[in-house]
Amino acid sequence: MKALLETLIRGLGNGSVYALLALGFVIIYKATRVISFAQPALMLAGAVAVSHLAEVTGFYTAVLLAGLLIAGVALAVERIAIRPMVGRPVFVVAIITLGVDIVVRVVVNAFIGRDVRQVGDPWGFDQVALGPLVVQQRWLAMLAVTAVLVGLLFAFFRYTRYGLAMRAAAFDQETALAQGVSVGMVFALSWGLAGFLAAVAGMFVGTGQGIEQGTWVIALKALPAIIVGGLDSLGGAVAGGLVVGVVESLFQSYQGEYAPWLGQNFAVVTPYVVMLVVLLVRPYGLFGTREVERV
Amino acid sequence: MTDVKSGPAPSAPDIPTGRSRRVRGRPQLYTSYAQDMALLDTPAKRVSTGLLVVLALALSVVLADRSLEVLAGAYVLAIGAIGLNIVTGYAGQVSLGHAFFVAIGAYTAAALSGPPGGDVIGFGVAEIWIWLPAAGLVAAVAGVLVAPLATRLRGLYLAIVTLGLVFLGEHVFKEWKALTGGPGVGREAAVPQLFGYRLDEDGPLGTREQVLYLLMLVLLVVFAVAARNLARSRVGRAFAAIRDRDIAAAVMGVPLTRFKVLAFGISSCYAGCAGALLYSVSGYVEPGSFNLLLSVQFIAMVLIGGVATVSGAIAGALFISLLQPLTRALPSLLPVVSADTTQTPNVFQVETVLYGLLIVLFLVFEPRGLFGLWVRARNYWKSWPFSY
Repeated sequence: MKALLETLIRGLGNGSVYALLALGFVIIYKATRVISFAQPALMLAGAVAVSHLAEVTGFYTAVLLAGLLIAGVALAVERIAIRPMVGRPVFVVAIITLGVDIVVRVVVNAFIGRDVRQVGDPWGFDQVALGPLVVQQRWLAMLAVTAVLVGLLFAFFRYTRYGLAMRAAAFDQETALAQGVSVGMVFALSWGLAGFLAAVAGMFVGTGQGIEQGTWVIALKALPAIIVGGLDSLGGAVAGGLVVGVVESLFQSYQGEYAPWLGQNFAVVTPYVVMLVVLLVRPYGLFGTREVERV
Repeated sequence: MTDVKSGPAPSAPDIPTGRSRRVRGRPQLYTSYAQDMALLDTPAKRVSTGLLVVLALALSVVLADRSLEVLAGAYVLAIGAIGLNIVTGYAGQVSLGHAFFVAIGAYTAAALSGPPGGDVIGFGVAEIWIWLPAAGLVAAVAGVLVAPLATRLRGLYLAIVTLGLVFLGEHVFKEWKALTGGPGVGREAAVPQLFGYRLDEDGPLGTREQVLYLLMLVLLVVFAVAARNLARSRVGRAFAAIRDRDIAAAVMGVPLTRFKVLAFGISSCYAGCAGALLYSVSGYVEPGSFNLLLSVQFIAMVLIGGVATVSGAIAGALFISLLQPLTRALPSLLPVVSADTTQTPNVFQVETVLYGLLIVLFLVFEPRGLFGLWVRARNYWKSWPFSY
């Protein structure tokens, strides 16, 4: 029981990182109807920026600066590569983000080098006693920070002018435009937000084990998360991220014991299995909007 | 009634059907439907295609063995790219899972032709006319099995699911050591043998590279012509209708599910054949090579070459395959770029950046790809010296 609870907390911790990444994907999707395959590169860039800045400014300032820096990078990407493509098929734009991802990652890899880089976080692998449970501090930090960020984000969408503008543009772009919403600003804002979230998520991915050139693959696990939650649902992204994280953590702990025939490291691909299972039952995810079509 | 009527349509008395006489000096004038749909519909196309094939054949004598091996690999990749073009270009179903089907083909062929009783599964059937169709068939079956999921999904949902397929496949191939030898170890790939004659050894027909080059060239021509024929048939028109507007296609009586499954099956068959052949050139398969990057490379070939064109897919595959040897030659031209992987910028980084940049630049400036560039050039010279 104790081991199970500890596994769950680890899953929720990792899951909240996936949730942050998934939120970035969904925010961009809602605004532009495009899945940005550039998020993995932005996440990696965020982690690298933190690891370099932390040596100069200290960790917490570094996270904030890195978040703003990556938001800036995301804004630039949106302005240069995505904005000229408005009105083109979404598939084309998605492939463009794939190209951007490749380019950004090569540049970022040059800053990582051959070895593992530490992000200079204060948690490392340190543990803390939570009643009878012994869990790593970083999982609690992930959960707490994600909870705060998600709360702020939802408040932003609910109570601010810009949040309202983003909701309106997501609902119907042309009508929003006719009501005086600057849709271009909405695009920029959504990419900026997604960049910031990716940077924070990248920092958390780097806690403990550090970052290396292959770390970007972790960001792809947010894709099953958004599919599970439904592509256009912010709440679904958070729920999907947590589900993916918990399932992965459960498999990490128990699959070797109960289902060794699935092979080592099966936990790494469980998000994709979860995604396939959910899609078989609900093709638009758990909370996604069902597209109605009649023939 | 969702079925499309097949068989010959009743022809109006005025319009002659079937092969009919061409009017001399009027290459653009078609007097029958068959002429309009002909593969090589103008004399210029007939001549240039013939010249290209002769040139490609001549290259096998002219070029050094090292270059021939690169080109043979490029031809095989072109077969795979044509396959992806069928499902993504013609039928409009975005697939990031091409690497998965390539892997299935590669391992089917390798298992069939491998020596029995070794460390890895092998059945000792090295005849290419057995393992090549088998690889295509097994991959096609896998494609058809995946397709029901795909037909429920549209657009980007499908892209992500096929992306998940690549990761799942990579895991299975890394763990199934009896078949693949495991990561870092790998296994021998399929041995091309035709009626007892080893095609991957120096022999009376020429060196190893020359024979493999000719084999791949012949197969590429076969697969390319088959794809063109598919595209101009009833099936090809149904694919295009689904791509352009699937609801409208369904309204007009195109059974969506059947044709989407068919597109996936055919595309996977091409991918399987490409996988089987690709690794018989290098002679060695490693399970780590079937990753997302391979899928992205195929996407890049299709997009850079030209969506929904067979010649474009071939051009794109040649372009991407030649990018690697070209960037390897960079350090001698640009001393800034290093051949050493520990330094930046090195050739590998330049190569990867070029992939990404080329995809972005082509999509932004010339969405029709290399094929579009060719069409522009052709149209310019067609009316030269007049502007139109």
